[in-house]
Amino acid sequence: MNKASAGKRDPKVRSDCYIEIEEEKRGGIKIDLKSKVEIMYGESIKKTILEMCEFYGIKHLSVLIEDAGALPMTIQARFELAVKRLHPEIEKEFLPPFNEKNNYGTKKDRLRRSRLYLPGNEPKFYPNAGLHNPDGIILDLEDGVAPSEKDAARLIVRNALRAIDFYGSERMVRINQLPRGLDDLKFVVPHNVHIILIPKCETADDVKQVEEEAKRLKKENRIKREIYFMPIIESALGIVNAYEIASASKNNCALAIGLEDYTADIGTQRTNEGTESFVARSQLVIAAKAAGIQAIDTVFSDVNDMDGLRESVIEAKSLGFEGKGCIHPRQIKVVHEAFAPTEAEIEKAEKIVAAFKEAKKKGLGVVSIGSKMIDAPVVKRAEKVLETVKALNS
Amino acid sequence: MKLVKNAAGRLVPTVVNGVKQVPYKGVAKYKPKGNKYGSPIRSCADYPDDGNKVVKNIREALIKAGLKDGMTISTHHHLRNGDVVTNLLFDTIKSMGIKNIRWFPSASFPVHSHLIKYLEDGTIHHIEGSMNGPLGRFTSLGKMKGTGVLRSHGGRYQAVQDGEVHIDIAVIAAPTADPFGNATGDRGPAACGLLGFALADSQYADRVIVATDNLVPFPCTPWQIQGNNVDYVVEVPTLGDPSKIVSGTTQVTKSPDRLLIAEYIARFLDESGIMKDGFSFQAGAGGTNLAFAVYLKELMKKKGIKARFIRGGSTKYLVEMLEEGLTDYILDGQTFDLEGVRSMRENPNHINTSPFTSYNYHGKGNFASMLDAVVLGATEVDINFNANVVSHSDGYLLHGIGGWQNCLFGKTTILAIPSFRDRIPVIVDEVTTLVGPGELIDVIVTERGIAINPKRKDLLKAVRNSSLPIRPIEEIYEEINQICGGKPAKPKVNKKKVVAIIKWVDGTVIDSVYQVEE
Repeated sequence: MNKASAGKRDPKVRSDCYIEIEEEKRGGIKIDLKSKVEIMYGESIKKTILEMCEFYGIKHLSVLIEDAGALPMTIQARFELAVKRLHPEIEKEFLPPFNEKNNYGTKKDRLRRSRLYLPGNEPKFYPNAGLHNPDGIILDLEDGVAPSEKDAARLIVRNALRAIDFYGSERMVRINQLPRGLDDLKFVVPHNVHIILIPKCETADDVKQVEEEAKRLKKENRIKREIYFMPIIESALGIVNAYEIASASKNNCALAIGLEDYTADIGTQRTNEGTESFVARSQLVIAAKAAGIQAIDTVFSDVNDMDGLRESVIEAKSLGFEGKGCIHPRQIKVVHEAFAPTEAEIEKAEKIVAAFKEAKKKGLGVVSIGSKMIDAPVVKRAEKVLETVKALNS
Repeated sequence: MKLVKNAAGRLVPTVVNGVKQVPYKGVAKYKPKGNKYGSPIRSCADYPDDGNKVVKNIREALIKAGLKDGMTISTHHHLRNGDVVTNLLFDTIKSMGIKNIRWFPSASFPVHSHLIKYLEDGTIHHIEGSMNGPLGRFTSLGKMKGTGVLRSHGGRYQAVQDGEVHIDIAVIAAPTADPFGNATGDRGPAACGLLGFALADSQYADRVIVATDNLVPFPCTPWQIQGNNVDYVVEVPTLGDPSKIVSGTTQVTKSPDRLLIAEYIARFLDESGIMKDGFSFQAGAGGTNLAFAVYLKELMKKKGIKARFIRGGSTKYLVEMLEEGLTDYILDGQTFDLEGVRSMRENPNHINTSPFTSYNYHGKGNFASMLDAVVLGATEVDINFNANVVSHSDGYLLHGIGGWQNCLFGKTTILAIPSFRDRIPVIVDEVTTLVGPGELIDVIVTERGIAINPKRKDLLKAVRNSSLPIRPIEEIYEEINQICGGKPAKPKVNKKKVVAIIKWVDGTVIDSVYQVEE
């Protein structure tokens, strides 16, 4: 076989391309380009292909490109994939340069109210995702990717982590269920990821395996920056082991729950009332808090029902969850608003923090408002409330 | 073809289709003297006393109207993409062996690509109006015999009124008419709301033919076109496909990025202080524009603010605002959905307007300039705020001007645009075709931020403490070039072959469109 293809071929495709390559004995590199942006970027696309042929030492090749306005990082990933599908032995990676604007880190306990899922093989959603201000963006290698395109998604996600400006959102990748997920890590760890989501996590060992492999890759690639983990619990066994999972790594930052799989696992249906998952969700919150990390709720899947979403967030907040999954950018604002402290909460927090400062200034060991004693956790919670308000207003 | 540099620095021809042209002089600089054009005096002696002007068919009407080679035939576009009358008209003209017609529509739609064969065989010499979709492509490839002339809705009225364009025969498709020629668009199987775009044609054409598929006994009342201006009335089986004339329902965009743009605009109007009791705005029927109206409505309700009038393109969203008391009036230029048509028919505060009242620049004022805020689209905007609506960065003509140029005279002009489409930057270093000068464009709202024209110091000041993402236009420009992989290359065009000219609202030529080299 001397032919391979990669990418998407459909009249409805936007911001993506289809590439077909065929090895030749002679004739050099021949590029047949059909592009919606031929006049504006035709030359640039051809230049990229020639450059990549040189990088891979390819001398003779017929290339067919059907382009619907794919960004450079997408064309590069598609062409690299075509080459690697033809020659699976090739390991060399053609990497886009790091986007300087993405040079921000993260903190273990930063706000994680909203995390927006983006399918790993759909680059058209990437450049604007951060504009909707989610706390985190999840590039999904797992359920959002067709089994036949797992290899494609790895390259797209790797290039996106390097090239796309996510405007301050935390960069998360959901790897595949282990063991495949372990192989995903080399496309993620060296490329500026903040958080790795471990799906269908059932034991502490799942986390430890990811931690080991991430550690190895960090060392190999001389990565200094901390990478955090967010195990997602999606089964009865996972719920039973929740505390061990939550405390399996010091780099765990949060524990999340995935209810579609969980309800299937316990043999029931997901309902709006959520009676079937109430205990599991509470248990997950308790396990996360016991391990000193955040508890993150599942996604709300009806993108048209904003009132339902708002109610579900308020309910999640009351259970102790600090974040919610989003599958559409318009959900983000609603999630943030619903997680926001109420006026009464803010007022109370302001009073507590002011009293604490006052007491500190006077050198008093004990803080009180009126006849009520205020202890350290209360002050901490009040500070957190004000921090959330600040984040909301920025 | 001799080209000269106009006041905007663009090269434009001095003679087009044998007619001498005035190069653009700048905003509000060109004020022609003299009198308006007058249509010929007619006598009742030549018209039936019983008021019955019905003739057998379009062919007979055209013969009676004296159709000859080289004449100018006008049509209106209220039937939009459902129009079958214009195609039928030219089928008839072709069958009569007539050549070299100047077609003068108020706009064209993809349905009119039927006419390409008549442009090819010489039945139609050239188009003065808009060249949309396939017609734009045909024109851009240099295949049209004459040179296209693009005018705004107001510019079209001005050109007819000033005598720049003499209409020999106007064919006015009317959803309801009586035998005398009184006609309306607000009822009938092909109801389209109003007929304002045909007003100038009915007033100034030598001969006026009304074509209807709903002939009612005299009087058709209230009339929008006066029968006293009409020569002949023709019954046709149908004016067109109602579902393509007005939408059953117009839909707000689902694109999260466009919704974000719409939300930014509504917030901008609020935070800049433009949204206040008694204010006015214009919103069109594009998905982003509809969403903007929805967001603005929420803000108005929240703050208890009421508008004095809204200019449409009316849709159910504007109708809801009227019916919920959020505005006193809708001043409507065209209706986009069935709710708009119903409201215009039933609600005395839903007013039908015309390019004369709203847009004509050679009059004693017009409505567009009174608007507090106008939200428009664009295909390209450059870093000097100049904008393009007729062509894309690949050089091909694709859209008409519509009322766009006329609306630029509103107090605050806002362009709602995505910063790039697929991989094509919308903010560029220089527009492919100049349609609106930057000095009239105040705010660019993209999903990547809001750029305010530095000339509008008052607006910059008004929103200086806002949490909205106000950014210099150059910064957004740099950012999208980086995303798209560098500055886009310019199309290869033949700078010696002008395929169309763009008129400014005063009849001067603001830019040229060149033949694209395939």
